[in-house]
Amino acid sequence: MAASPGLGPAPALGTGHQPTNLADILERVLDRGLVIAGDIQVNLLDIELLTLKLRLVIASVDTARQLGIDWWETDPWLSSSSRRAVERGDARREALGRDDAGHEDYGRSAQPAVEPGGDRRAGRPAVEPAHQAVENDQYPADAEGRPRIRRRGDER
Amino acid sequence: MSDESLQWLYAVARDSVPVEVAGIGDAPVRAVHGAGLCAFVSTAPAGLSEAGALQERLEDAEWVARTAVEHHRVVAALASAAPVVPAGLATVCRGEARITATLVRHAAGLTGALDRVTGRTEWGVKGYVRGGPAPVPETKSGGAGTAYLERRRAQLSARDRRHDEAARDADAAHAELARRADAAHRHAPQDRRLTGEPEAMVLNGAYLVPDERAVAFAAAVDDLAARYPTITLRLTGPWPPYSFVPALGAEPSDPDRVPGDTPVPAGGPP
Repeated sequence: MAASPGLGPAPALGTGHQPTNLADILERVLDRGLVIAGDIQVNLLDIELLTLKLRLVIASVDTARQLGIDWWETDPWLSSSSRRAVERGDARREALGRDDAGHEDYGRSAQPAVEPGGDRRAGRPAVEPAHQAVENDQYPADAEGRPRIRRRGDER
Repeated sequence: MSDESLQWLYAVARDSVPVEVAGIGDAPVRAVHGAGLCAFVSTAPAGLSEAGALQERLEDAEWVARTAVEHHRVVAALASAAPVVPAGLATVCRGEARITATLVRHAAGLTGALDRVTGRTEWGVKGYVRGGPAPVPETKSGGAGTAYLERRRAQLSARDRRHDEAARDADAAHAELARRADAAHRHAPQDRRLTGEPEAMVLNGAYLVPDERAVAFAAAVDDLAARYPTITLRLTGPWPPYSFVPALGAEPSDPDRVPGDTPVPAGGPP
């Protein structure tokens, strides 16, 4: 990596190093805002909603393979992250059905296009756990308890 | 290629560098010069140029995922060869002339951004609440229902406390990391269902670190993880400096908007 002026050296990374994953890519390329220079007007779904939807889509390894977005498994840039993501696939699907129903509102609006475990979530009651306010402090809940989320358009 | 075809913009550099990776949809990436700068673009498929087509695609999560990865692949390849100002996803211009016009309009901001990122690399540090065993309080007198409720309340209270402590330590860790960086930006913590992690994310930081200090920065992450047992820290990167450059194509009156300078809007949906 010595000859990588734009990206600098790869330091002797600690044990906690976690290579790039799709959520991080999306966060960065979408957080920049969807910028359309020219005559095209585009309104995008809320970034968080879209990102969640995307994550649910790729939660299935098979789906990722079908999409051809598993190239990172051999990409030196993204090295081992996805392999671990692959191994975590079942754990993640488990996590989707776990006690984090405080984000149920996200799930309602962001039904995955392809998600084997999706129907399980759809059948769950929309309970409101006590820790919701803590977890959603970035997106304070409105009067009806729905997390308030920023929209790209609000910045304009 | 029609003059009006959509052009995907990946990044801007001072000079052209060879690009060996394919762009979005396997289209070849080429350099467009203007204002002493060099934009890297590829031509979008003809179907995308029609009204509403891009909007439709952008609401298709699978398409966005694939496109984002392809976009990043090009930006990462460019960033490994030269300092670049990365463009956000779907920064598109209608026709090559508008690419040049964009370079001219944002020349000052782009040049300044290139100066700021040269010799520096973006690193990400994510912090999670460190999991611990749930407390099992002594069962007091009373019925089974009361005992359950007390146990449950104690669990929730311990969970809140752990989260608060972790958030406080994440703030301290961020301050320390920011001190070691030339610029820092906190992204919103990711939803737990995005991270796939068992515990909540309390830090989602991006740091622009001089390359000669990158090793020390990585070591600092380890040190902080040892100092704050309430949080787990994970280093990601190297990243192209997505989090530290102005938004290309932003309004001319606001050419230097840097995400790190922009507070997250507090307003909710209308």
